[in-house]
Amino acid sequence: MSERDPLFSKKNLKLISDPINNSNPITVQVLGICSALAVTAQLKPAVVMSLSVIAVLALANVIISLLRNTIPNRIRIIVQLVIIAALVILVDQILKAFVYDVSKELSVFVGLIITNCILMGRIEAFALGNKPWQSFLDGIGNGAGYGAILIIIAFFRELLGSGSVYGFKIVPDSWYITNGGFYSNNGMMILPPMALITVGIIIWVQRSRNSKLIED
Amino acid sequence: MDRNGNTYTFIYAAILVIIVAAVLSAVAMSLKPFQKRNFEIEKKQNILASVNITSTSKNAEEIYAQKIVKSYVVDIHGNQIEGDAFNISLKKEHAKKAENRSLPVFECETSKGTKYILPLRGAGLWGPIWGYISLDSDMNTIYGATFDHQSETPGLGAEIATKMFQAPFKGKKIFDESGKLVSIVVAKTNETAPAEHRVDAISGGTITSKGLQKMLFDDLSTYKEFLIKKKS
Repeated sequence: MSERDPLFSKKNLKLISDPINNSNPITVQVLGICSALAVTAQLKPAVVMSLSVIAVLALANVIISLLRNTIPNRIRIIVQLVIIAALVILVDQILKAFVYDVSKELSVFVGLIITNCILMGRIEAFALGNKPWQSFLDGIGNGAGYGAILIIIAFFRELLGSGSVYGFKIVPDSWYITNGGFYSNNGMMILPPMALITVGIIIWVQRSRNSKLIED
Repeated sequence: MDRNGNTYTFIYAAILVIIVAAVLSAVAMSLKPFQKRNFEIEKKQNILASVNITSTSKNAEEIYAQKIVKSYVVDIHGNQIEGDAFNISLKKEHAKKAENRSLPVFECETSKGTKYILPLRGAGLWGPIWGYISLDSDMNTIYGATFDHQSETPGLGAEIATKMFQAPFKGKKIFDESGKLVSIVVAKTNETAPAEHRVDAISGGTITSKGLQKMLFDDLSTYKEFLIKKKS
């Protein structure tokens, strides 16, 4: 990429759009599945988790990219980890200070962003060899790709499992069997196995619509 | 300088770590007041939960100020001593011998009379567990209880933090008829204990359940003199 590339050239925009669909970290590269199962029982934690991962991934990519010509090769993994860990602690502290309820709900999973394979993967594969701006876009793109899947899963799990969306009741109270209605929430949806099945369905839908992903 | 040389690597690592440490400490320091306030609100919510008042993080302080009319500190002999009940750290107190501990008591005014709230702290399977228990003014009948934990197994030991586990505590008695402190037995099916002194343990969460039973007995024992004095 030449220095004179406009900031939002086609090539650069592709860095954002690609990971959202064609090379989605969850559905195509199958990275970061663990946290996708854990924090998607409701939309709110899923949204906060997505934003946290986008922030950490974009910042880590930029920092590593800025340092890429100075990092001693033999300790580069450790340097990457130190940067990621520091950013994750920052996010955790900020959540604790300003959205304490959510931070309690996410509990250990914020800390586990450190071990989210998407981060190390993008830093090793992209940020170490590219300029800061491209790395930033790549981070935003991959974070958004991860977040999009998380939010889709959480939407269905919360709707079918708790009858609400982002905490707002969608299914009227009078529908419930306990109130003389015909409806009851699907308890399976709030358990991790259904998250895995939801991921599977998303992969199925995506592959049947995207010809680039169809294998022979 | 040789980017792969030892000197470069050492200096690089040292500088990086110093910068990261400085940034993190600065942020932690500046966010501390906000976090402290959140912890306090959570504590108030827990105290209110033990007298069966549900509150949100927004209205907890207001309800607390209204309902919790008195708080004070007693020693193991049941005598009132100096201290700020709300800011006592049970973790620090539990490191001391029982006779030197400061024991906080909170009094809550409800429509059903004054309730006495006692904080508890003990050990679960993986880490500390804690909670609040509230007693009727007969200093014997449990009015409500709430428990929480740091790292018990989700679905097993962590169930102590659920309503399902906490609700049966209501109405149980901690003294038997002869006035002996028996506390509450968190029992599995093969254990016998009088119904008014037992609640069901969590299947699969035996060690946490037993830890909770021990926490109740140990901590209520330190309050025993206070309870007896207050009752008479």
